[in-house]
Amino acid sequence: MKVPITISINGRARSAEVEPRLLLVQFLRDVLGLTGTKIGCDTSQCGACMVLLDGIAVKSCTCLAVQADGCAVTTIEGLASNGQLSALQEAFWEKHGLQCGFCTPGMIFAAYELLRTNPNPSPEQIRHGLEGNMCRCTGYQNIVRAVQAAAAAGGRA
Amino acid sequence: MSVAATAPAPARVFGSGIRRREDPRLLTGTALYTADFTLPGQAYAAILRSPHAHARIRTIDTARAKAAPGVVAVFTGADSDGVLKPIPCAWLIPNSNLKTAPYRPMATDTVRFVGDAVAVVVADSDHQAYDALELIDVDYAPLPAVVDPQKAAEAGAPHLHEEAPGNIAFHWTVAGGDIDAAFTSADVVVRDRIVQQRLIPTAMEPRGALAQYVPATGELTLWNTTQNPHIVRFIMSVVTGVPEDRLRVIAPEVGGGFGSKIPQIQGDFITVFCAMQLGRPVKWVETRSENYVSTTHGRDHVQEVELAATTDGRILGVRATVWAGMGGYLSTAAPGIPTILHGLMLSGPYQIPAIKEDVYGVYTTTTPVEAYRGAGRPEATYMLERLVDLLADEIKADPVEVRRRNLIPPFENGHAVATGLTYDSGDYQGALDTALAQIGYDNLRTEQAAARAKGRYIGIGVSMYVEICGLGPSQVAGAVGFQGGLWESAIVRFHPSGKVHVFVGISPHGQGEETTFAQVVADELGVAVTDVKVVHGDTENTPMGWGTYGSRATAVGGAALAIATRKIKEKARLLTSHLLEAAVEDIDYADGKFFVRGSPDKAKTIQDIALMANVAWNLPQGMEAGLEASSFYDPPNFTYPFGTHIAVVEVDPETGHVELKRYVAVDDCGRQINPTIVEGQVHGGVVQGIGQALWEQAVYDQNGQLLTGSLIDYAIPRADLLPDIDVRSTVTPSPHHPLGVKGIGEAGTIASTAAVYNAVIDALEPFTVRSIQMPLTPERVWRAITAGKGA
Repeated sequence: MKVPITISINGRARSAEVEPRLLLVQFLRDVLGLTGTKIGCDTSQCGACMVLLDGIAVKSCTCLAVQADGCAVTTIEGLASNGQLSALQEAFWEKHGLQCGFCTPGMIFAAYELLRTNPNPSPEQIRHGLEGNMCRCTGYQNIVRAVQAAAAAGGRA
Repeated sequence: MSVAATAPAPARVFGSGIRRREDPRLLTGTALYTADFTLPGQAYAAILRSPHAHARIRTIDTARAKAAPGVVAVFTGADSDGVLKPIPCAWLIPNSNLKTAPYRPMATDTVRFVGDAVAVVVADSDHQAYDALELIDVDYAPLPAVVDPQKAAEAGAPHLHEEAPGNIAFHWTVAGGDIDAAFTSADVVVRDRIVQQRLIPTAMEPRGALAQYVPATGELTLWNTTQNPHIVRFIMSVVTGVPEDRLRVIAPEVGGGFGSKIPQIQGDFITVFCAMQLGRPVKWVETRSENYVSTTHGRDHVQEVELAATTDGRILGVRATVWAGMGGYLSTAAPGIPTILHGLMLSGPYQIPAIKEDVYGVYTTTTPVEAYRGAGRPEATYMLERLVDLLADEIKADPVEVRRRNLIPPFENGHAVATGLTYDSGDYQGALDTALAQIGYDNLRTEQAAARAKGRYIGIGVSMYVEICGLGPSQVAGAVGFQGGLWESAIVRFHPSGKVHVFVGISPHGQGEETTFAQVVADELGVAVTDVKVVHGDTENTPMGWGTYGSRATAVGGAALAIATRKIKEKARLLTSHLLEAAVEDIDYADGKFFVRGSPDKAKTIQDIALMANVAWNLPQGMEAGLEASSFYDPPNFTYPFGTHIAVVEVDPETGHVELKRYVAVDDCGRQINPTIVEGQVHGGVVQGIGQALWEQAVYDQNGQLLTGSLIDYAIPRADLLPDIDVRSTVTPSPHHPLGVKGIGEAGTIASTAAVYNAVIDALEPFTVRSIQMPLTPERVWRAITAGKGA
């Protein structure tokens, strides 16, 4: 039995009938074709699937699509506005905070969440804030630098 | 977005840490990885994998699965056997009595590791495929398992393959110098038994494949998570029988590899088989848990090692026996890793007159072992750096001083070591001095003593390394049994507008060659980096190449590119001389301009030349139209990067917790095209090696069940566990490389495990702890301290 849902995705209402077991990340990727959100594990460890759900960063593999009914979701495709990279995207680029790029969308939203709650974090606070997101390429160091740079540049947006 | 903005190229873009050209698509979610593609009519495959480490398959009943909703087909090994050939091993090391055994894309009668493929369901959706997977009934007759490579080589161990008596896949030996004399004449012999634990590469993107077969034309297209698409095409053609000219392999965006995307794995062949059987596109994407049991692992050595020396700390010889776990089958490059890439590296940066190592490759009922970042060289470096520290401990000398006494003196063009290799260039003393100065070694020793007096246990660990990369001369590849070449290729094509396309055979997956290769062209010819597009990863539009692994993409592929670029320059000089009516010997080049010597106003830019070459209105007699050059570069030797890493830790004796307090990495990868990218490679590499020292281990129980089968249980490093890595470098150009570069992708991992381990053992010196099994978890460290206290 399928359930009708409507979710605002990157500012646009999207409706579909979905199986109750469908994860939000599967809805984004497989139903809507928004493949910028990544799947790196099956145990909610890696954080590659992070999106904003009503403005708060969540792992979209820990949320059913039906739970997001009526909510607003921002994915990595919706972060840049009018062709302008967000401060975090710019900072990740400037500080070489990504290599293969697979963890990057989730990492940016983890950083977004950190800066939402703590606009001027110390390096230690940044490392703590990113502990739920895994990167195998960068050793995290340039990601920390990127978050510092974004904070110095005035924030996450 | 400033993506499209074109800035003038800096005067020397080679050596400049410019930001990467590949990043905008990665930052905005527009990059497409294999799992992101969907084709019209696409079906989804899910693979049933053995829950047993070793078992005979009595029967497989697929009837219920076939009747499930949405199911298109169910196939087993009985269906694919004979249609697909077994998966070939591609590194058949000679003089080793190598015993390969058939590695079927799907098992037929026996499974040999948890994760061995048994059946596949193809359905209209991935949910339907996974639902139906649970409806397949397999009747297994379990057989005994063996997971430890040394035990698997003992008489009476459970036996895997009739082709390989005693589970021995190969026995390989390296010997140089008089090893018996070294040990007979030694004042001191130190020994250790080292377990290089099994690791799981864990590229953040799991593996996957999307195959499209068009029966009408016989053409197969495969999107694949691979480090080497041209090798995939070669091997896929062998296994499936699809001719190479009908076979297109695309490595789209690839999310890290670290060796786990070198081999062709069961899922790749199963996906292609399904697509060919069904005539519709089929996609398979492994789950992380599936990745952990079925895609490749790394390391897994048991090493019995000994070092002979004089009382004043001069090394006379190193002798070792290694049991290297291969897993249930030989993966693509597996036999070459503990042999060529390990045994030949046992001299490290030291003058060692005699070396002997016996390596037994051993089949065990575990996931196949492949290259994992460093691949053989971390296992060699760790062995040597442990032995040198044990020697220092034995003769009561400072470990740095013992290293100094044995270092190969600086050399610029060739130094032969006992294993038969000739290093290209090195200044090991320079890297050591730089690292010692940066960490403040002498002060640290004073601080350490003061801390100990207060009951705090600080340790300092030094690790020096030489690694072999830039694989390698093809003639050597053939001599050591590699079933392919190891050259690289590049095509540089100037368009009439002066914009440039570069097509390369290497296949970067995070290393940034779209940027560094553009820097090479920009630097040689004076175009803007933003005017150079580097194309890679698609066998249909790139020249043949052997792939990105072994830190070879820049070391070999970059050389091919440099040579192609210089051919362009030569043609441009000829055309300039014709257009300016000057002798070609009088044409100079500087800063993007070809000009008549002494008359810099009489000049043509490379853009002028690109236009004139392409329109071909006025070419000298005999000159072909266009401005394009290609190169196939086969290196004359390997490259040998080197360095010194130093770690500082503090151990809490009450809990065994290890805190990594400082880390200095000094690496010499020759000339650096982009220091920012070099630094990033070092960061990531160092952290992976730290992971081995402190946290990571693939744990099997005695029945062959992988107990660390997900990211819940397998501990890759997290951001909050790490200090900043202080990255420094020295520059010793490779004498034989056109750009003087050596390679940096694996250096960090090769050095860091021993640095951290040595630091922990150094911290525990008051407790007389000499050896702890990695990873150095708090429990293991605490137990060692407790046992040491009692001693």
